[in-house]
Amino acid sequence: MKALTAGLRVCLVCRTVCHAPGDGMGDDRAPVRCPRCGAAVHARKADSLARTWAFLIAAAILYIPANLLPVMRTSTLFHTSDNTIISGVAYFWTSGSPELAVLIFTVSVVVPITKIVALAFLAWRARKPFRADAHPLGRLYSVVELIGRWSMLDVFVVALMAGMVQFRSFATITAGPGAAAFGAMVVLSMLAAHSFDPRLLWDHHGRSDDAR
Amino acid sequence: MTPVAAEGDGTEADLAACPECDELHVRRAVRPGERARCTRCGTTLYRRPRRRPDHMLAIVTAALIAFVVANTFPILVLRAQGILSEATLLGSVAALWTEGQEPAAVLVFLTAWLFPLFDLLALFVLLLSVTTGRRPALYAPLLRALQAVRPWGMIEVLMLGVLVSLIKLSRMADVVPGVALWAFIALTVLLAAILSYDLRVLWRPVPHQEAAR
Ligand SMILES: [Zn+2]
Ligand SMILES: [Zn+2]
Repeated sequence: MKALTAGLRVCLVCRTVCHAPGDGMGDDRAPVRCPRCGAAVHARKADSLARTWAFLIAAAILYIPANLLPVMRTSTLFHTSDNTIISGVAYFWTSGSPELAVLIFTVSVVVPITKIVALAFLAWRARKPFRADAHPLGRLYSVVELIGRWSMLDVFVVALMAGMVQFRSFATITAGPGAAAFGAMVVLSMLAAHSFDPRLLWDHHGRSDDAR
Repeated sequence: MTPVAAEGDGTEADLAACPECDELHVRRAVRPGERARCTRCGTTLYRRPRRRPDHMLAIVTAALIAFVVANTFPILVLRAQGILSEATLLGSVAALWTEGQEPAAVLVFLTAWLFPLFDLLALFVLLLSVTTGRRPALYAPLLRALQAVRPWGMIEVLMLGVLVSLIKLSRMADVVPGVALWAFIALTVLLAAILSYDLRVLWRPVPHQEAAR
């Protein structure tokens, strides 16, 4: 039995099961205050899908400058070169560290786009009833929530390189505008994942078979 | 304000509901190190930590020391053409800021320094009040803040970033690992133990027997 059907709600902060206001049935949107921790307890996360979409669209837009703008500028006595995420990957690939190239490419390019597409798919599926099993969708959400943070890797690498390589006379590394765009994209996609309520996937689970 | 979950206060203390699929379960006792999983989707509902609060307090103290060392000494020292260059984490943040990359500087400062530090300090205070059996008025707000901040602390990602920079920089110059590098490695290991400790046991109304000891 679902907590919602029983007129109960679980506090997502302390996991206390609280009584819903009124008769407890239906989608009563008013939050109750958790008696144990004081957090607002909603039956489902407030405006979950609208917030998820808003953060996702913002993240998808930032994905473009994050990958096109230079994240790092290397200056030596003789020349200055701008590096994007992709040129950094290419550098590792050609200079004999293919495993690092694969690592950076995965966390910086593959993970963000996979996360955005997967969350968009989940938000689309959660909108209306469907006949499919909710198990793989729930698992997809858990994975997406877990891996997103690793996309910050390149932002940290750029920050550390820029902080350390300061040989004023002959070589300096500075961060480029792509680093901020990239970091903002990661933050927005993490906010999108936090806003999504996986319980929405299960609300439709098996419903079409119940002949309602 | 330490409300006790009992009959008639609007809670069902002997029930648990899955945060991922909303399935209701009747709570049952689990042994230390055990976890209860949702029968429908397999998500962990609750678990009993293997380590006692006083053990965790020792781990958090060690992590705080590692954090201080990691931020006091240079992470890496570079030598090229007889010139030395070195930086701490906060030095790197300052460099980003002065180069005009303020948003990136703020992001790194928060996720790699402020949030992890707040996490450790808040957990230290909370565990201390659990082991001494006295809960200050700030207990609940502090624990809520800790849970809200935790996903945004990214020391383990920073650690991987340090290793990647180490490899990248070793192509350009002689790289000598600094004291802080070893401190970061220790901090990452200690944080793995800290993050596996389920914060929700700290919401229990009465400190369990092991804590009182
Ligand atoms: Zn609560
Ligand atoms: Zn479940």
